[in-house]
Amino acid sequence: MTQTTEPTTVHAAIEVDAPQQRAFEVFTRDFGAFKPPDHNLLQVPIAETVVETHVGGHIIDRGTDGSECRWARVLAYEPPSRFLFSWDISPSWGIETDPSRTSEVEVTFTALDAGRTRVELEHRHLDRHGDGWDAVRGGVESDEGWPLYLDRFAALLTS
Amino acid sequence: MDEWAALGDRTRREIFARLAVAPSAVGELAATLPVTRPAVSQHLKVLKDAGLITDERAGARRIYRVEPGGLSRMRAELDSFWNATLTAYKRAVEEPGTTATPIDQRTQQFRHPGDQP
Repeated sequence: MTQTTEPTTVHAAIEVDAPQQRAFEVFTRDFGAFKPPDHNLLQVPIAETVVETHVGGHIIDRGTDGSECRWARVLAYEPPSRFLFSWDISPSWGIETDPSRTSEVEVTFTALDAGRTRVELEHRHLDRHGDGWDAVRGGVESDEGWPLYLDRFAALLTS
Repeated sequence: MDEWAALGDRTRREIFARLAVAPSAVGELAATLPVTRPAVSQHLKVLKDAGLITDERAGARRIYRVEPGGLSRMRAELDSFWNATLTAYKRAVEEPGTTATPIDQRTQQFRHPGDQP
């Protein structure tokens, strides 16, 4: 289901037997119903997950004790075709409060026919999470630095 | 120290970037960096412990190179997370009126040691 392309992006895609509109609605409205239950930064089980349906809103996990975790910001909400949100979770599994150090997830919904939809997901800019990656990019001379570094690294990943 | 924390240090980032361009011995790195050879060795040890580089003996020298598994570990976690999520999503969207059943534990590696079970 997922393919390797470049090292700082994760792709996933699936085709579902549902019209485009429903595919979009279920993904956004019912996200908490199919999100893995272990995806939880709260100290208690999640009672519900709310996706706010406007740019500037959040994806919010609400715990059984009323506590909240806002782990994503809604960056684009364009039914029935596109949903974009930030991934404000650091690699060490905490909330990242600096937006420049968060990655983003774009989900697109393409109608294949009246009752079938292709859902494609791209989780990109993973390098933003690393304290070091930006600095490496800026701090190494361009001609033999970052571009070559990324090329070599990509080659290593796919070899 | 995990791979991200290991790269939080400027000198280690520089060492890592150089090794990505070309595998090197400690002496070659120290010759072109404003730090001592023992300091380079210490940084190499941290990078190696974090799984970002590997070393290999070549005659009298030890050659360090980038271990591609470092960044790919994070990718693998997210791959697994999204695959699990989309599989459960497919069930939810194709069965109107039903709630998706909890899926397996593949995302457990997202947790910190010491987190709630």
